[in-house]
Amino acid sequence: MLQYSDAAIIGGGVVGSAIARELSRYDLSIAVIEENPDVVCEASGRNSAVVHGGFAYDRGSLKARFCVEGNRLMDELSQELGFRFIRCGKVLVGNTDEDLKQLERTISQGLDNGATGLELIDGQRLHELVPAVTGSFAMLSRNSGIMDPFLFTINLAENAAMNGARYFLSHKVISISRRNGRYIIHTPSDDFSVKWVFNAAGKGAKAISDMLGITGYNVIGSKGNYLVLDKRLGPLLPMPVYPVPSNTYMGIHVTPTVDGNVTVGPDAVNTDDFSYYGVPADRMEYLRESASALWPHIDRKDVIRTFSGILSKWVDRNGVIQDFRIEVRDDIAPCAVNLIGIESPGLTAAVPIACYAISLMAKREDLRLKDDFNPIHYTAKRFADMSEEEREKAIASDSHYGSLVCSCEKVTEAEIIRAIHNPLGVHTMTGIKYRTRAMMGNCQAGFCQMRIESLLEKELGLRAEDVRYLRGSSWVLAGKMREG
Amino acid sequence: MLMRKDAVIIGGGPAGLAAAVALHKLGVRDIVILERESQLGGILRQCIHDGFGLQRFGCSLSGPEYASIFIEEVRRLGIEYHTDATVVSLSAAREIEAVTPEGILCYHARAVVLTMGCRERSRGSVMIPGERPSGVFTAGSAQAYMNIYNRMPGHEAVILGSGDIGLIMARRLTLEGAHVNAVFEIQDHPNGLERNIVQCLEDYGIPLYLRHTVTDIHGNSRLEGVTVSKVDEHSRPIAGTEKFYPCDTLILSVGLRPDTELLLDAGIELDPRTHGASVDEHLMTSAAGIFSSGNVLHVHDLVDYVSLESEQLASSVSRYLSKGFSSDRALKVRCGRGIGSTVPQKVSSGDGFTLSLRFDAVMENVVVKVSQDGRDILKKRMRKANPAEMVRLDIGSGATACSGDLEVSVE
Repeated sequence: MLQYSDAAIIGGGVVGSAIARELSRYDLSIAVIEENPDVVCEASGRNSAVVHGGFAYDRGSLKARFCVEGNRLMDELSQELGFRFIRCGKVLVGNTDEDLKQLERTISQGLDNGATGLELIDGQRLHELVPAVTGSFAMLSRNSGIMDPFLFTINLAENAAMNGARYFLSHKVISISRRNGRYIIHTPSDDFSVKWVFNAAGKGAKAISDMLGITGYNVIGSKGNYLVLDKRLGPLLPMPVYPVPSNTYMGIHVTPTVDGNVTVGPDAVNTDDFSYYGVPADRMEYLRESASALWPHIDRKDVIRTFSGILSKWVDRNGVIQDFRIEVRDDIAPCAVNLIGIESPGLTAAVPIACYAISLMAKREDLRLKDDFNPIHYTAKRFADMSEEEREKAIASDSHYGSLVCSCEKVTEAEIIRAIHNPLGVHTMTGIKYRTRAMMGNCQAGFCQMRIESLLEKELGLRAEDVRYLRGSSWVLAGKMREG
Repeated sequence: MLMRKDAVIIGGGPAGLAAAVALHKLGVRDIVILERESQLGGILRQCIHDGFGLQRFGCSLSGPEYASIFIEEVRRLGIEYHTDATVVSLSAAREIEAVTPEGILCYHARAVVLTMGCRERSRGSVMIPGERPSGVFTAGSAQAYMNIYNRMPGHEAVILGSGDIGLIMARRLTLEGAHVNAVFEIQDHPNGLERNIVQCLEDYGIPLYLRHTVTDIHGNSRLEGVTVSKVDEHSRPIAGTEKFYPCDTLILSVGLRPDTELLLDAGIELDPRTHGASVDEHLMTSAAGIFSSGNVLHVHDLVDYVSLESEQLASSVSRYLSKGFSSDRALKVRCGRGIGSTVPQKVSSGDGFTLSLRFDAVMENVVVKVSQDGRDILKKRMRKANPAEMVRLDIGSGATACSGDLEVSVE
C-alpha cells in the first residue's frame, strides 16, 4: 500500500522516536518506519543507560553541545514521559600522576563544554561516595545519572504516536526513489510517499544515506559486551564507576541500573557485522577481570545475563572517530535530514539531536505548531513500587493487579495485559519485557514466560506458533501439542 | 488487616503440603498455606512421569498422583490455604504480605515455614556464550509448556546438562515427536539418577556425552544451532574439538538453586554450599521462628525425602510453639574431605536429628564419618558415593557433646 505523509522518519530508535515526538508538535503527518518489531531492539536498548555529563567530548563538537543540553533536559523529560532517571552522579577513578593530569584535562574540557558539577575528589571522599571502590582519587561528575533506556525510547515513541505519528514496525527500507519533489520509500510491505525524510537509522544510517545519494561515509561498528548482575548488588553501588577515559573510549565501567541491577562493560571491539550480538566466552571473563580492578563485588555467581550493543561510529580515512553529522544536502538530497555517526552520547543527546534536525527542516519549510500537542505520557505506577495501600486500591479497581505473573520483579497480570495492548502495537515477548520488567529478574523468565506467552495468545487472538520472541522468525513455540 | 497465625506456610508444593498435614496432626491447627500458582502441588503438577513415592509409598506414582495424596489430606483436614497468593514480603519479625486477586493478605505468624522450592539456573547464570535467539529453554520451563500449557517447544533439540529434569525432558520431547540429538554434560559423571539415564536416554537411543559443553549459541531470531566442545579436567573447553549441531531448541538442565529471594529480603543467613538457609538441627534459620525444608533449603534428589524432611520440620515447629527449644550449644557442622554440603549447618542442642549430605565427587567404597573433636559419632560404609544422590544419616539424641564443631568427611 502507498502511504502518504509530510515526513517520514527512518528508524524508530531513541533518536528517531525523539524526532517523531518533537516533530509531532507541528501540524504535520508523520510516518516512522522501523525495521524491527519494536523500538528498542538495537543500540537504544543496548547500552550502559548512563546520562552523560558532557565532559568527554571535544570542545565545540555537536556531541559535547547536545550531551550537555540533553543532560539538562533529562529531569523535565523524565517528568513528562514518565521514565525513571536518577541524577546519582558518577566517578572516574584514577591512581597515577598521569591519571590525575588526564582528569584535570577532562574537567577543563568539560567546563569549556558547559558541563557543571565537575570536581576532583580525594580518596577519602571517593570512598564515602562509593564504598569498596579501588582508587586513590577521582573526578566526580555530580550531574551524570542513570536512566531506563527502554522506557525512555518507548515512551518517546508512544508519546509521538499519541500526538499523531504513525509507527510502521517490521518495515525494512529497501530503496528510496525521488519523483515530482517527493521521496518514495520502498519496503516489502508498504511504500511511503513523503516530502521530508529523516535518516535516523542508526546502524543502518549509512545504507539509507547511500539510498538518498549522500555517499562516501565510512561507518564502523564498535561492539561492547556487558554482564548483568543480580539486583542484590545494586545497593552496593550508588553511582557508576569509570576508569580514567581516553579520548575515544570510556573504558569498562560498573553501572547501577535504575532498577537495582549492576551492568559491567562495555569492552570495545571493532566489527563490520551489525547484526551479530553474540557475547563470546573470553569477553565475559575479560569484563569480569577488568572491572574487578575498579570494584570488588563482581562474582560469576551473581551474573544473570549478558548482552551486547553496537555503536555506529563515523570515521575518517585514517580511522579517526568523527563528530555527529546532522545535515541537509540541498544539492544532492533536498528535504532529507541525514544523521550519521549517532553513537554515544546519543541516548543522553537524543532530544537535542532531534530538535537540531528539525531546525534544519524549519529553515526550509514553514512549520506550524499544533495547539493540541500533549507532551505528557501517562505512566501508571508499577505495582512493585506501590505502597500496601496503593496495592489494595489497585486490586480493588482491577483484580488482575492481584495476580502476580513475574514474582522476581513483582509484575502483575494487569501490567502485562496493559503492555500487550501498547499503542505501538508491539506484540513480542521482549516487548512485554522492556515495558514491564517481567522476565528480567533472577530466574530469567523460568516461571513467568509461560503465563506471558498465554496472555499474548489470549489477548491478541494469536496461535501459539505465531508468538514471536524478539525479531524476524523468532518463534517461541512450535504450536499446540494437541487440539482442544 | 493483620491476621495472626500460629504458622504460615509459604509454598504449597510437596514440602509445604507435608509440613501442613504433619502440623495439623500434631495439633497445630491455626495455620495457612500460601501458594502462588492457581493450584496446590508445586512443580509436581508438571512432573507427569512416574517414579515418585517409591521410598515413601512403595509404589511408583506420577508427580500429580504423589501431590494429590497430600492435597486430599489438606482438604480432608480442612487446612486453610490460598492459591494465587504470592508472598511479596517477609520480615525477620515474621510479618508476611501476600498478593491475591481478592486483595492483600497480611499475617503476623508465630512460626513461618519456608517451602518455596527451587528455581533453575538460567543460561545467564551459567554464562553460556553466544547469541540470544528464541528456542533456549530451561528444562522446567519446557516441561511446563508441554505438560501444563499443552505447547510444543520445538522440533530438533539438544540438551545441555544431565540433571533429572533434562533427562526426563529428553524422553518427553521424543515421545511428542521431537528429535533429541544428544545430551551433553560438562562433568565426568551424569548429574541425574541412574534410573533416569537408563529409562530416558538409553531406552530411546539418545546419546549422552560426558565432559562436553555448549560453547556457542547461534541464531539472531530462532535458534539455528549450537557449538559443542569437549572440556578438559578443569571443565575448560578444548580448542579444536568444536562441533556444530543444528537445532531449533536448546534445553538447559544445568542445576537448581533454592528460591531464596524472600530469605534475602528478611536478612536470613544463607549457606554458600547449599545456597539455601543455614539451619540448625530443628531446621530453624538464623531468624527465630522461621523454619525451612524441602528444595528451598537444599535441592533434594527425591520428593520422598522432601516430604520426610518437612514432617521433621513440623515436629520442630510444633515443639517450638509449645515449649521452645533448650539451646545449650552452638556447634558448626563442617564439610570435610569429600563432602559438598550438609544440612543442618549448625547444632544447638542435644536433640537427635537427620544429617543430610551430598558428596563432592563420585567415589567408590567409602566410609562416611561424622566426628566431633576427633571423636567418631557415626561411621557408615558405602559402596558408591554419587553427588547426584542425597545421603541421610540419623544422629541420635545425646550423640553430640556440648562443645566442639562437628565434621563430616569421607575416609
